[in-house]
Amino acid sequence: MARIIAGIGTSHTPAIGAAVDNGKTETDYWKPLFKGYEWSKKWMEETAPDVAILVYNDHANAFDFSIIPTFGVGCADEFPIADEGWGPRPVPVVKGYPELASHIVQSVILDEFDLTICNEMQVDHGLTVPMTLLWGQPKAWPVRVIPLAVNVVQYPPPTGHRCYELGKAIRRAVESWDEDLKVVVFGTGGMSHQIQGPRAGLINSEFDKAFLDDLTRDPQRLLKIPHVEYMRDAGAEAVELVMWLVMRAALGDKAEEVYRFYHVPASSTGVGHIILESR
Amino acid sequence: MAGTKKEKAYEDIPGTWVFDAQRARKGYPLNKFFMSLMSADNRKAFLADEAGYLKKFNMSDEQAEAVMKRDWNRMLELGGVVYCLAKLSFTDQHSYQHMASEMTGMSEQEYVNMMLAGGRSPDGWRSKAERGEK
Repeated sequence: MARIIAGIGTSHTPAIGAAVDNGKTETDYWKPLFKGYEWSKKWMEETAPDVAILVYNDHANAFDFSIIPTFGVGCADEFPIADEGWGPRPVPVVKGYPELASHIVQSVILDEFDLTICNEMQVDHGLTVPMTLLWGQPKAWPVRVIPLAVNVVQYPPPTGHRCYELGKAIRRAVESWDEDLKVVVFGTGGMSHQIQGPRAGLINSEFDKAFLDDLTRDPQRLLKIPHVEYMRDAGAEAVELVMWLVMRAALGDKAEEVYRFYHVPASSTGVGHIILESR
Repeated sequence: MAGTKKEKAYEDIPGTWVFDAQRARKGYPLNKFFMSLMSADNRKAFLADEAGYLKKFNMSDEQAEAVMKRDWNRMLELGGVVYCLAKLSFTDQHSYQHMASEMTGMSEQEYVNMMLAGGRSPDGWRSKAERGEK
């Protein structure tokens, strides 16, 4: 049986990817951030998952406004790296797991979540920056990835409650797959940040810390946070945090926090990172 | 106009243009233009003849003017998505941070310093009402 063993929450700020790609990880600005992921990289190496279900949002790269899926699952063999306007990131192509992805889609749709199937899809920094943070710069990624793209670009994104319920359905789908696999789930984006308009640069560390606390202490509070509250209190783009709730629910009722890191700033973002193990 | 006050509670957030369905409709040609900047050939063609290039996208005169002036906030107001705007900033060989600082009216260094000091506090920035804005 395939099992979801752990969840990883992390911001996916594009500047983090650029810092790695341009060899700037040892600068005064970036060093403290990358230090915060050293333990996690070791943890990932030891955990050695077979598959990562990576919940992220596309930033107007794969989806060009002609079609805007609320939840899109990548079912392809591989996912090319998008040129977001400065050339594609120099990272390996992302390998998928079409059989398992298709099984999840089928199971979850019958569980009443109307997903969009993506048989061809480029992936952007939302997906590749978390991979770089957890796996570094390998020649080929040591894990197969099922991308789950969530619309948070055009308002409204799915509610936190809907994301949470989807995470539960994904857990049921994975557990009904008859193959011995270790699966991890990523929830990415956030934490507090606003990158548009005169209010850009907004950070709310207290909001972020309470969110990290309640992933284990009181997830029920988190899934009731309305979009306008994320946007008002933690920045317009903080609403991305609903994606972390897919990850949290996919771990089952009990999850233990094994690692946490928080750092301001990466460009305009309050960077949060957590590792939760399913118990 | 359809759309209740409750649905649009986010319109009360200051210094922010939420990309909702109505703004998306208006911004469609503008965002199509930004998306075209995902290819190196198009970036080059745009920089060589900005006005001529923009004509291909059926956008309004005010949208084209905002692009030519690099008036980021106006582009947001007219339906641009910030992630799409970023492609224009990258085309100009500028960073995301550079664009963000221009939106706030700060120099890039002032903006970086604000972020290094912990960012902008939400206090005083939660609602237009508390700031006396409409």
